[in-house]
Amino acid sequence: MTFLGIPTASSTGHLRAPRTFPEAAHDALGNAQLRRNLGDATATIRAKRAGVVAELPDWEQLRAAGAAIKDETLAHLDEYLIQLEEQVTERGGVVHWARDADEANRTVVELVRAAGADEVVKVKSMATQEIALNEALADAGITALETDLAELIVQLGHDAPSHILVPAIHRNRSEIREIFLREMAGVDPALTDDPRALAEAARTYLRRKFLSAQVAISGANFAVAEAGTLCVFESEGNGRMCLTLPRTLITVMGIEKLVPTWRDLEVFLQTLPRSSTGERMNPYTSMWTGATEGQQFHLVLLDNGRTATLADPHGRSALRCIRCSACLNVCPVYERTGGHAYGSVYPGPIGAVLSPQLTGVEHNPTLPFASSLCGACFDACPVAIDIPSMLIHLRAQVVDAKREAHHTPTPEAAIMAAAAWTMNRPRWWARGLRAARLSRFVRRRRALPPPLSAWTASRDLPDPPRETLRDWWQREGGVQ
Amino acid sequence: MNEGAATSAREEILSRIRTALGDRPSPAPVARDYRVAGSVPADVEQFVDRLVDYRATVHRCGSDEPALRLKEILDARGVPRLVVPDGFPPAWLPAASLVTEPVSTETLDEVGAVLTTCALAVAETGTIVLDAGPGQGPRALTLVPDYHLCVVRADQVRAIVPDAVAELDPRAPLTWISGPSATSDIELRRVEGVHGPRTLDVLIVG
Ligand code: SF4
Repeated sequence: MTFLGIPTASSTGHLRAPRTFPEAAHDALGNAQLRRNLGDATATIRAKRAGVVAELPDWEQLRAAGAAIKDETLAHLDEYLIQLEEQVTERGGVVHWARDADEANRTVVELVRAAGADEVVKVKSMATQEIALNEALADAGITALETDLAELIVQLGHDAPSHILVPAIHRNRSEIREIFLREMAGVDPALTDDPRALAEAARTYLRRKFLSAQVAISGANFAVAEAGTLCVFESEGNGRMCLTLPRTLITVMGIEKLVPTWRDLEVFLQTLPRSSTGERMNPYTSMWTGATEGQQFHLVLLDNGRTATLADPHGRSALRCIRCSACLNVCPVYERTGGHAYGSVYPGPIGAVLSPQLTGVEHNPTLPFASSLCGACFDACPVAIDIPSMLIHLRAQVVDAKREAHHTPTPEAAIMAAAAWTMNRPRWWARGLRAARLSRFVRRRRALPPPLSAWTASRDLPDPPRETLRDWWQREGGVQ
Repeated sequence: MNEGAATSAREEILSRIRTALGDRPSPAPVARDYRVAGSVPADVEQFVDRLVDYRATVHRCGSDEPALRLKEILDARGVPRLVVPDGFPPAWLPAASLVTEPVSTETLDEVGAVLTTCALAVAETGTIVLDAGPGQGPRALTLVPDYHLCVVRADQVRAIVPDAVAELDPRAPLTWISGPSATSDIELRRVEGVHGPRTLDVLIVG
């Protein structure tokens, strides 16, 4: 039973791994095709991102401003949410609140039914994946059609997304062609595996749906509290189709996706596209306020474990995350295991933090260990989330939870305790990292620290960064 | 909807937030020491460069020539008929078969071409912003047709994103367009044109 006002972890949705990370990672590491696709893809995005970030003379200032704006949002989240609600309502929109995934799903199902629809078009959205909305709609007899090309590939392939931004990153062109030929009604049997032809096939398939759909469901990248404005960043135009054409629009948004002022968007309009697709600007960004151009608009504000994350002063900065996926692309662990191994809709470094935070560490006890703590994620993050420190913090929580559950330490708890003991002692940790860095000169084969070493023992790892963050910090005169 | 349940979810979430913030965090104020509005001069050449980089086709002309240039561009593309929204400057109208508002989605799909103005543009990112103002039409107008021809006056080009944000009204329906529709979902190979216009032509006037 929950008591009013107690921040509560999420009990439902796609946040929990059915298997431990080491088990799932072990399988993924055996899939050579997956590793090749991922390696190519992450290397390409990394290079593009580095290029467009280097173009901005004020990148670090924008990054600091992004972090500060999000911290301000979180520090007064209740006030900003009320402000947003007022603005959206004033402009003819209807605001709904959902404590957890089930409540959000029930709300959306009722809204779709009230609109008299049995089919909806969807824009790619992490929030709706998190709450398993498509499954809830299907249970209610409503067909949800994903319209983002990658999501469509995943949906038609009866598969799970493996990357925040490029959900079908684990599929290559010939696999995609096979999926389309098998699953896409009315597709040309002579379809080739040319990416252009595949995109054209998706265009033709979805166009009829866009022109006839009555209800669209989207997420939101940002909402502006002072104005009630919502934003969706996208590339293909499927977002615009969904946001514009159907008579009813339902947007499901995590309560943390706010910024206080309109001006604040000037920061994220620069940092999000560069961090995520490595573009100066994504092809389309749509912004709307309330009911627009004759549409009915519903906004569903979702908690689902976010208030529990907010309650932890050492963990709440994970709620700054703007879901750009830059941390995934630089992560040596993610690059090898892919997204599925994380068992949650949020993979990679941020997933290793956010999934256990949203569910409570007891439901995702191995994820905080799915990292080599190399610090690349922190450096890439456009809102400067210190992911390595938070992983260490969560590891300690896992150990505590285990200790409580088992009075006497299990072997696993003992290993974790040893790891956490090292991680929690900055000097030891720094020494360990420095040793890893030095070791690149003497060892050709590199391994991740335990317990990750169990499944990476035979795999090459990239060179650790020449200078650890901690070395840099000390060299720059920082204090511990 | 069950109003009672909705109210209680709202109260409960707000109350959870207040409990969670029991330590009264007071973050440092936001430092706006990045390049803000008005700090960089606008550069039309950079705008052209960035548009081309993102596969838009750029045309230029003097202030008294748009009607003629638009006609040439349309002829070269083989566009016989196009939609023109209310408020498009009459002096710029090309000699072509024009479809005027209101237009249904079906007509937009069938005509397949649209000519608009814009609210402003951003040089550094090669972005055109539409705010449904005169000559731009509702959002579907620049979305459903496969071909979009947009006229930008040189004096509408701003330097950087903060310049645009400072001038735009957040309550207008805004569409920020940077090149034609594109996807990189298949092996990260960029393919222009999925659902939005596959061809974007920009005429810069003046
Ligand atoms: S943690 Fe940072 S880098 Fe990772 S997805 Fe979130 S905002 Fe992007």
